Amino acid sequence: MSDTVNFLNNSSFSKILILEDLSFQRNENFLFSNINVSLSSGEILQILGHNGSGKTTLLKLIVSALNLELGKILWQGKNVKNIRESYLENLLFLGHKPGLKGLLSAEENLTWWRSLNKTNSITNSAAFKHVGLNSNKDEPCCYLSAGQLRRAALARLYVSNAKLWVLDEPFASIDKQFSIELKALLISHLDNGGIVLLSTHQNLEIKNMKYISLPYPDKVC
Amino acid sequence: MKKLIENIYQWFHRLASPRWFYHVSGKWLPWLCVLTLIFVSIGLVWGLGFAPQDSKQGNSFRIIYIHVPSSFLALVGYYIMATAGAIAIIWKIKIADIVMKSAAPIGASLTFIALFTGAVWGKPTWGTYWIWDARITSMLILFFLYLGVIVLQKAYAVQGLSNRAAPLLALVGTVNIPIIYKSVDWWYTLHQPATIKFTEAPSMHPDMFQPLLVIIIGFYFFYISALIISMRAEILYRERRTSWVKQLAFNARNRDS
Amino acid sequence: MSNVGFLAILRRDLLLAIRYRGDLANPLIFFFVVIALIPLGLTPESRELSEIASGMLWIMALLASLLSLDGLFKDDFNDGTLEQIIILPQPLYFMILAKIIVHWMVTGLPLSLLAPILGMMLSLPESGYLPLTFSLLIGTATLSLLGSIGAALTLPLNREGLLLPLIIMPFYMPVLIFGSGTVELAIDGFSIMSPLAIMGSFLALSLLISPYVTACALRLSVQG
Repeated sequence: MSDTVNFLNNSSFSKILILEDLSFQRNENFLFSNINVSLSSGEILQILGHNGSGKTTLLKLIVSALNLELGKILWQGKNVKNIRESYLENLLFLGHKPGLKGLLSAEENLTWWRSLNKTNSITNSAAFKHVGLNSNKDEPCCYLSAGQLRRAALARLYVSNAKLWVLDEPFASIDKQFSIELKALLISHLDNGGIVLLSTHQNLEIKNMKYISLPYPDKVC
Repeated sequence: MKKLIENIYQWFHRLASPRWFYHVSGKWLPWLCVLTLIFVSIGLVWGLGFAPQDSKQGNSFRIIYIHVPSSFLALVGYYIMATAGAIAIIWKIKIADIVMKSAAPIGASLTFIALFTGAVWGKPTWGTYWIWDARITSMLILFFLYLGVIVLQKAYAVQGLSNRAAPLLALVGTVNIPIIYKSVDWWYTLHQPATIKFTEAPSMHPDMFQPLLVIIIGFYFFYISALIISMRAEILYRERRTSWVKQLAFNARNRDS
Repeated sequence: MSNVGFLAILRRDLLLAIRYRGDLANPLIFFFVVIALIPLGLTPESRELSEIASGMLWIMALLASLLSLDGLFKDDFNDGTLEQIIILPQPLYFMILAKIIVHWMVTGLPLSLLAPILGMMLSLPESGYLPLTFSLLIGTATLSLLGSIGAALTLPLNREGLLLPLIIMPFYMPVLIFGSGTVELAIDGFSIMSPLAIMGSFLALSLLISPYVTACALRLSVQG
């Protein structure tokens, strides 16, 4: 309960997430350098770029909190390296791969995930109803299709209490109908003061959307 | 005094730039090579030719003038490699990564030479080329440690990933080396409690020891020279797209034509 | 806080190990098959077998550990669970420790408990049974810990083949030396307190260092 109060107190008029001079170098090439972005609550950032331009790397960098060689990330004004635990507690990351064990069912996977992350009071069944997996939630995940797996992973969005959502191609493998549902979910998260960073090829029309286009700037040759 | 320390610090700091290192090492290298030649040849000639014969082993002991320096440098070289690796991943200094990459094959070769010369020494002394005693077995395991680092580096390079795993492996290896040595020692005494320890260097007569010292110093210079030569090649490769390297290549081609 | 992560991973991995029965059965079958190889390849003579039994059993433990290490993190890496684990606020050290414990429970522990039977099949003198079991219990735990470092370092590589064993072998050697040395000393009638104590110190050292180094290696691997 007090979480929500703090949440609302901190969220107005301040830049909650600041990416300062983020750069990443693999061998001799810079994938991207000097990325500077700041986001307040309720803002969404879309990362654009071709495959291989470094979108996933950038997202993983934001989520890692430790491996930053170049640049800084500030969360609520403090360097993320110093407040690692509280930063990670407020973070939800969905990567390319669904992040589900094939031998466990969607239900078991979600229960396991909940035991390690801060979540709200929405039940697993309610979440699975939202994503349309009510009938499949007790099957081992190895029997689910790619679309179903993606939806099972997205069920976490419904139960999470995290402020910052970092999503790598969340719209991949899902049909048009669910895309609408997902977009509505993102908008409601933003309305609640959350922040979203995502990479996607979709043309999301959400007001006040910010963009970054990779490569950023041009690759050093 | 403070200025002196500051100057030294600045000098090291500048060395971290590959381009500066290349430039400065180019000036030192000829001198280092000359020193290497001087010390190694004096040491070799003195040791192989002029030092007195050993009472027990006759002339065959002379192989220690190659065996000892190479095993010594092989061991020191591992610590140099691991330290460079540590600097590379902790402080993320690129040149340290280059030091580590170049040090690995040099150290591995020295280990091989030590093993080979040890075997050559073994034949006349114990009647067999190979014997599983504490020193040789430890040296063999050191060879495996080197090989592991080299192979891991290559595997990462082939996939285009940055080299961060090999320094970690090298570091864990440094903890392992004394453990291995003590373990193998214990193992050897467990199985051969009554043997005279051939591997312990008998207390040396100064006449035999002095050339050894000279050639050890020579091997140090050799190590540094080889390291620098290898590093320079690696720097040129890594910086091949920069303007200063292109300028060098251009100058070289003009000089030749 | 650390207990939450540790217990969650421990429970999950145990559940996975039980569900994937292959994980449990394969190491056991492996031991018996290799046991058969030894007399077939060397000699069926009881007297000669008994001389090499302790060493052979220990080498088998080594091989079993090496062969099974591959899957320690690969599975989680491939389905994306590993990156989820790494970004958790809970300390990675304990979560890795949980994984290693489950790995040991599936490989080293069964081997140690089966040791007297396997020893009997190789004509190990009876005085060696208990020392073998103890040394294997402590030693295989150390092997799992040390091996996890190798597994983490080779994780992003596609075709490792023998790379993992090559890297890990030098670290296994001291454990092997003292492990089989314990058994030999016992058979010869000496006290095994001191080599066992040394094995204990190896375990303590690797308990301290391995999960930490593995965590560093994993973070590097996932970053890519």
